[in-house]
Amino acid sequence: MKMTILAAAWMVPLAVLATPNAEEVMKASFKDRGQAKVDRLNQDETQAACSKYFAAVPKDVAKKIEAANLKTIKYPADGKVMGDWKEGERIAQSGVGKQFSDNPANPAGGNCYACHQLSKAEISFGTIGPSLYNFGKLRGFTEAMQKYAYGKVYNAQAYSACSNMPRFGHNQILTEQQMKHVTALLMDPDSPVNK
Amino acid sequence: MKRWLIALFLPLMAAMPAFAQDGDATVKEIEKYRQALADGNPAELWEARGEDLWKKKRGPKNASLEQCDLGMGAGKVKGAYAALPRYFEDTDKVEDLESRLVTCMVMLQGFSYDQARKNPFGGPDVKSDMEALVAYVTSASRGIKMNVALKHPKEKEAFEIGKKMFFHRGGPHDFACATCHASDKQRIRLQDLPNLTKQEPAQRAYTSWPAYRVSQGELRSFQWRLFDCFRQQRFPELVFTSQGSVALTLYLAKNANGGVFNAPSIKR
Repeated sequence: MKMTILAAAWMVPLAVLATPNAEEVMKASFKDRGQAKVDRLNQDETQAACSKYFAAVPKDVAKKIEAANLKTIKYPADGKVMGDWKEGERIAQSGVGKQFSDNPANPAGGNCYACHQLSKAEISFGTIGPSLYNFGKLRGFTEAMQKYAYGKVYNAQAYSACSNMPRFGHNQILTEQQMKHVTALLMDPDSPVNK
Repeated sequence: MKRWLIALFLPLMAAMPAFAQDGDATVKEIEKYRQALADGNPAELWEARGEDLWKKKRGPKNASLEQCDLGMGAGKVKGAYAALPRYFEDTDKVEDLESRLVTCMVMLQGFSYDQARKNPFGGPDVKSDMEALVAYVTSASRGIKMNVALKHPKEKEAFEIGKKMFFHRGGPHDFACATCHASDKQRIRLQDLPNLTKQEPAQRAYTSWPAYRVSQGELRSFQWRLFDCFRQQRFPELVFTSQGSVALTLYLAKNANGGVFNAPSIKR
């Protein structure tokens, strides 16, 4: 009896929420920590649509998502999308950045190997994304393909709605310079990706 | 006690990538490593400490947890974890093991809510009583089939909230739980990712937590598993025993129904 009363006393504030909305419950279940604030749970239109449909996005919705994301891509002002593939390899290996446990003063990685095969030498690669081994070699080392690769890193959902791949440029995970390096990792004929 | 075993296998783990010639060989070596580990699981130390904590008179009321009702009746530990989370009338809430332990520590032992939720996870400088209690209670469900009910309206509601959370894409990386855990046979680096929306892989994954993590030297509860997934998801901090954390646990536990519980286990 005593137990029940005690319990009831500290449950009162929650009892007010009769039928809690999932999103409100979710927001109340997280707290700010370091650079990761609760507002990260707020969704933009792309995130909301991709959560709703998840694996099976209707074609018309997919088209809208791709068109909206295509508009966000900003190419470097100097017109050069290729950096240093060696720097790109380092970025591809690094999984730090944007976690509440990361120091926001340090540059983020791209963590490409978490999901993709890239060079033959790195055998610890994930399979969430397709293999990118020989990416440039298979597609041709053209300027158009370089630009496509840069755009894909910048915002993958411009080409593939609800892709699992982070929108590295659009969400400011990688800098312009870092994205140039990653593009070189994919597109430089000397990169181990193309060996 | 069995620390020497860990010391023995740590170098093996570090050398693992060197074994890998192709995908299959890698998977086989990882499997061998896991089997070798299972021979001596330091989780036993947490289970023993948890049992002591369960039986010891503590708190302002100088009471043990032996009258704690985990859903099977007061003091009944056997099989309780396999049916959690569940709805409890006395709190009018759905509770997972950790939130139920907090409730019992408040009600029976007289701890404040904040005291009961202190140090939910152990670290180099902190011992977590909570993780020890979790080890003890979960070990009493070993060999029992997961049977989470969806009867009470609040259990059904929790399932729906948990499901929504699972597919919620957000944060700078657009990640959801489902990004890594809604497809078959995927890996992140060399780590297999269970499809938690499917019964068989969900059973295998869920019934293997809590686990002693060799890389951390700590026993980790399911609340910790979710907390650290969300950290890597680039989300803010999941509040320990929050309503959302319990809802997500219920969604995953329900998907694992019928699987034979076999934890605390040991993992890399």
